[in-house]
Amino acid sequence: MTMTVRDLAHSRAGDKGHNINVSVIAYDSAGYERLLRELSEARVLAAFAPVAHGPVRRYTLPNLLAMNFVIENVRGGSVTATTALDIHGKSLCALMLAIPLYGNEPEV
Amino acid sequence: MKRQRLRIGAGAGFAGDRWEPAVELVERGNIDVIVFECLAERTIARETLARLRGDGPGYSPNLEDRLRAVLPACAAKGIRIVTNMGAAAPLPAAHAACAVAAELDVRDFFCAVLIVDDVRDQLTVRPELTLLESGEPLETILPRMASANAYLGANAVAEAMASGALVVMTGRVADPSLFVGPMLQAFGWSYDDYEKLAQATAAGHLLECAGQVTGGYFADPGVKDVPALAQLGFPFADVTAAGDVTIGKILNAGGRVDIATCSEQLLYEIDDPAAYITPDCVLDMNAISLAEVAPDRIQLSGARATPRTPSYKVSVGYFDGYLGEGQLSYGGPGAVARAHLAGDIVKERLSIRGFSFDDLRIDLIGLDSLHGPGKGRPEPYEVRLRVAGRSESRAAAEAVGWEVAALYTNGPSGGAGDFSSVREILAVQSVLLERDLVPISVKQIEAP
Repeated sequence: MTMTVRDLAHSRAGDKGHNINVSVIAYDSAGYERLLRELSEARVLAAFAPVAHGPVRRYTLPNLLAMNFVIENVRGGSVTATTALDIHGKSLCALMLAIPLYGNEPEV
Repeated sequence: MKRQRLRIGAGAGFAGDRWEPAVELVERGNIDVIVFECLAERTIARETLARLRGDGPGYSPNLEDRLRAVLPACAAKGIRIVTNMGAAAPLPAAHAACAVAAELDVRDFFCAVLIVDDVRDQLTVRPELTLLESGEPLETILPRMASANAYLGANAVAEAMASGALVVMTGRVADPSLFVGPMLQAFGWSYDDYEKLAQATAAGHLLECAGQVTGGYFADPGVKDVPALAQLGFPFADVTAAGDVTIGKILNAGGRVDIATCSEQLLYEIDDPAAYITPDCVLDMNAISLAEVAPDRIQLSGARATPRTPSYKVSVGYFDGYLGEGQLSYGGPGAVARAHLAGDIVKERLSIRGFSFDDLRIDLIGLDSLHGPGKGRPEPYEVRLRVAGRSESRAAAEAVGWEVAALYTNGPSGGAGDFSSVREILAVQSVLLERDLVPISVKQIEAP
């Protein structure tokens, strides 16, 4: 079975107005290293395309074995005026955790 | 006398939070201060409207009940309360707190209230300011502005704390600053001591959502389990005058405090972790380390900060039309196809009737409402059609739910369980305003 981000890390999502942030926190350093290689901004943007226009910015926090993804321009507008059911985008941590990991090289 | 150590508890992470964890903290937590954070981004705009329209006090509707639950124990033990439940009406809220104290026969009670007026007047004459979210000039929303409130900092909270009042009542204050203020005052730190402000702000950020750092919003059964979520304990921070910070929870309270829960909360609602801007400082999380020093005790170290910015962030509430919504469920064979057909019918009906929308969204709850369309998902047994439209026109917004309900007798087979709603949208964006333009004062109110 294909591995997913959920096998290596946990996540929480929050809103930042027109953007959302989704953290990815690895359970151990091996997992962190692998996520650093595979979970690129492009990979995350592709997964989030149904809900956001992007771009995506990735920040790394090695001390915490964590990354923070800021996904810009959520579809449907900001939290306070959106038509979305999940107005804050808080459920989107699960979309991050569902991203498949294929190995060392990103899937072409 | 300056203190060497302070234990600050979080009594609420949002306006609708549970009551018991705060009671537990004041009764068994051995805490010095309890902070109730009850103001979401839009709450203050709503409370402003309530006050203007005369259908609410303008402060948190739960204020009296929350205070009643903890005030006797706080008074007996000298535990001080800091809260932003004052919302759009801090002064009336302070009088309400005094009334509760009188009702409970709390002696020698007084409340310090942080008074800062709505800054709409300052914004009206500055239409050129840039909206941080949309990048457009403020003037695009000025005619529809409902409220404008600056996020105040820890220095204002500390000033109110210095009065010695049992309760410090505020309106809009940056969430972490509600926690930093009591530390600033208790330890006598300089407001330019950025090493201390960094650690204090990181602690405040970890505490501001209360249960979200003790295992709330964390559980994923079988992957990361949390004990006793129905009796989740709320967190406290042990802070020293030197700026040491340890997060913990009461022994035997539900939940868990560990590196994983603290890491999730540390990055919650963060943009660039190297530049988390509060009114007090610009926090850099890059060198932060978390260490488990005892069961359910996490020490935070390494927070750094650069000097605060010259401006306050001001949250501007404005009217942005209406949101109309309708829902109807379909189940069994062909449920998804029937729900799709139903959505198409509603869309066509709204068009035939001549309504236009800034955004008209059709979701199938159970299939694509949260994460949008995706490949390879199994078809669910039942789905719930949800149509939501945003429009300048109230009639258009009302028509959404109407047309969904009309599917009962005019739409596909087997629709059930309709729901509809219409609400006025109070949107929020932000601008930056020079600090000098926001006058702040502290007033003391005594029980009647």
